[in-house]
Amino acid sequence: MLGFGKKKPEVAPPAPVAAPSAPVPAQPQTPKTPVYSATPSLTPAAAAEQLDAHLREIIQWHFSPETGCPFWLDWKTKVGWDPREEVKTHHDLVKFDHFEDEWLRDEKNERFVPKGMGGRPFNVFETGGTTGLPKQRVGWDDYKHDYEQFGDNLSDEFFPRGSNWIMVGPTGPRRLRLAVEHLANYRGGSCYHVDLDPRWVKRLIGRKQYDEVERYQAHVISQAVEIIKHRDIACIFTTPKLLASLGERISVPSQGIKGCFCGGTSMTPEYVRFLQVEVLENKAQFVPTYGNTLMGLAMSVPEELAQNNYSVTYWAPQPRAILRIVDPENTAKTMDYGQYGRVELTTLTKEFFMPRFLERDEAIRRPPHAKFPWDGVGDVRPFGFLENKIIEGVY
Amino acid sequence: MSIPHIPILRRGQAYESLDVQTVSNVAGTAPACEVSFACADMIKHDLLRIRDAREALQKFRCEDLVRICKHAADLFLTDTLPVGSRGDMQSPEDYVRQLAMTSGLPHSLIRMNMKRLHGVLVQTDIILKGLTRGLDLSVLDNGYGEQNGAPVSFAAMTDCLGVVLPSNSPAVNALWVPSIALKIPVLLKPGREEPWTPIRLIEALKKAGAPAEAFSFYPTQHDGSGAIIRRAGRVMLFGGDDTVKEYEHDPRVEVHGTGYSKILIGEDEIENWPSYIDTIVESVSANSGRSCINVSVIVVPKYGDEIAKAVAEKLLAIEPLAQDDPNAKLSGFANPKFASMIDGAIESGLKEGAWDVSESLRGGRKRFQSRDGMNYLLPTIVRVPAWGHPLAVREFLFPFASVIESPQAEMIPHLGKSLVVTAVTKDLAWINQLFACPTIDRLNIGNVPTNHLKWDQPHEGNLFEFLYARRSFQIEQIA
Repeated sequence: MLGFGKKKPEVAPPAPVAAPSAPVPAQPQTPKTPVYSATPSLTPAAAAEQLDAHLREIIQWHFSPETGCPFWLDWKTKVGWDPREEVKTHHDLVKFDHFEDEWLRDEKNERFVPKGMGGRPFNVFETGGTTGLPKQRVGWDDYKHDYEQFGDNLSDEFFPRGSNWIMVGPTGPRRLRLAVEHLANYRGGSCYHVDLDPRWVKRLIGRKQYDEVERYQAHVISQAVEIIKHRDIACIFTTPKLLASLGERISVPSQGIKGCFCGGTSMTPEYVRFLQVEVLENKAQFVPTYGNTLMGLAMSVPEELAQNNYSVTYWAPQPRAILRIVDPENTAKTMDYGQYGRVELTTLTKEFFMPRFLERDEAIRRPPHAKFPWDGVGDVRPFGFLENKIIEGVY
Repeated sequence: MSIPHIPILRRGQAYESLDVQTVSNVAGTAPACEVSFACADMIKHDLLRIRDAREALQKFRCEDLVRICKHAADLFLTDTLPVGSRGDMQSPEDYVRQLAMTSGLPHSLIRMNMKRLHGVLVQTDIILKGLTRGLDLSVLDNGYGEQNGAPVSFAAMTDCLGVVLPSNSPAVNALWVPSIALKIPVLLKPGREEPWTPIRLIEALKKAGAPAEAFSFYPTQHDGSGAIIRRAGRVMLFGGDDTVKEYEHDPRVEVHGTGYSKILIGEDEIENWPSYIDTIVESVSANSGRSCINVSVIVVPKYGDEIAKAVAEKLLAIEPLAQDDPNAKLSGFANPKFASMIDGAIESGLKEGAWDVSESLRGGRKRFQSRDGMNYLLPTIVRVPAWGHPLAVREFLFPFASVIESPQAEMIPHLGKSLVVTAVTKDLAWINQLFACPTIDRLNIGNVPTNHLKWDQPHEGNLFEFLYARRSFQIEQIA
């Protein structure tokens, strides 16, 4: 198999790209990649055809000197094969080796800027960063597309159009900060924010300062409670832990919250049930999502949570991203339906190309759904969960 | 064949989780029960409403709760009680068999522990008398009263007692049981291989008349334990040295870790050492050496080699037997990795100049043995050259002790934290020094095995003083 290898790619002479701060006379719109909202009429075969057509377009974009970015163009030169010739369907993606997230730390962001973006200044979004330099991803409008697509799938009953939102979670340099506000605006409302710094929380946990973690969490929740009590808010984005913590302070639905869009960490079915039935009192709708700065948002079908015993399946925002459940010992192999494997993410937009990134999660491969006619990933949990559980069981 | 499903108990209400884990027999060949697991946030959520459980207990008078505990003693020992949430019933023999399956304990030791728990329940009044120094328990019912002619009032410092239990011995459950008679509900987190004893005790207490709301039971992972430890008003925590160290200065948390219990023979009694060998052997090996009250260090001014050999010889009789053999005294390891980890630690220590007396007497037969799919460690006495040796002060989950020769004058300075110390001596000056030693939790003077507990004495902290604080008060007539 041809691949990147582990070595940091040699730095090629930089392609002429505009610095983020350089004045740009005209702001060309991002060339839009197609967005497929849930389309019940689409068959899995038709969805796969659309995916392949989109894939060819993205490959063409990123590996053509006229539109591609220095990182991928240099890569192509180095490996000696041209994806434009060899990658025609999503099955061909295995010709790429795994994308290494270290590149997002080691490479300058400018090297990921496609020439096709026309020199438009980019946003920098971060992920990780508890210690050292965080991983960064450049972006322009992807987050808007992703969250509009997600917003089109929200229930008007539980996320009423025109109602206000509150975001209680990591803001700062994260994509989420802009994305949730855009989602609120897209659905006709405004968004309030309460920040939580996850890097600080991780440090506290690392030092076993659990009391301090609780105090910090209480500080965050107190701010959220004040806003929820004194402003007209019907929709919330938060993390599962913060939602549970909020539920300790107030009856969330009694304060007017009708819908909760939740993401950030893995949730067992029992935890999902607890949040939906006890924290949201089965009155507000719980919408779990799986996503990150690199992917966008994988969606679930909240209406079916109870009938599925609160086992959540997520479907990637295909064709903009593909989630595949792979055999950890042989990542070229896709696991069978119903089996656990490691989550592999491929991001396919004109702003960002990231083939076969191995997430630090494992999940069950689930079949296509009428709303999302492609493979889903179910019961996501940290990779190596069983091994870790054995260690935990020693105590 | 169906197996019991052990549910979560949320203030007495059975709750079946979607997170179900199967606990198998020690050999890993057959499931013994399913256990519902709670998430940490559920526990936090429930703790906000734990006051309801306390109110349910406050409707009873203490003397009624004492009577309920005494009645529960017999039910626990002899009755067929519900187990789990799906209608299964458990006879005493079922309990013995089920606990043996998951814990590796031989039936004989489980029966011994059952009797010990029965003894605790049936002596609830004596235990409370010891803990409260003879307080008329109606003081807790009325809020105030008199003790020895002085006005007294006690306020509960918590609405519940959280207990993070280990798996190593059923008898540890004796420590939380008096909380019910003191009107403080319990919130129990069982050890992974041992949901059986707390559940059976709860069922016995309920059948005897205790309100179901008084019992919360949360099988959970580490984060759930953390929620109990950080959120419950008072916590009894069993764990290793690291866990203990983390919470030893938290006044809400009573930590129960390794005991490092010791037997000392004074210079005045050392010539009579053969008379004390049986006491030493019992202290090392009772309950398969799994308790914190088992001796792990034997300190003598001389005859170290002879005493080590004499103890080791007697312990040779303890061998892995079938679990249902009435003569079985040695427990297998529920976690098979534990036996090899402990064995490795001992072997590593032996390379530093210690001598495995037991292995020599066994003719080189290895300490690590397997039988019926379980791993065992044979009783081991090591002779160490000095206090500083890596094996000198160690505690393992099987009959293990080191023998150290040390002048009497150097014993107390080297003792360190010791849950139980038995000192065989008549030397009054030394006895006074031992009573003055702050690192000894429980002191026996004379030929007393360390595992012999008197229930009118507090064990590892005074539960009453942990749960209640004396309040100053004055009541004057209103005009």
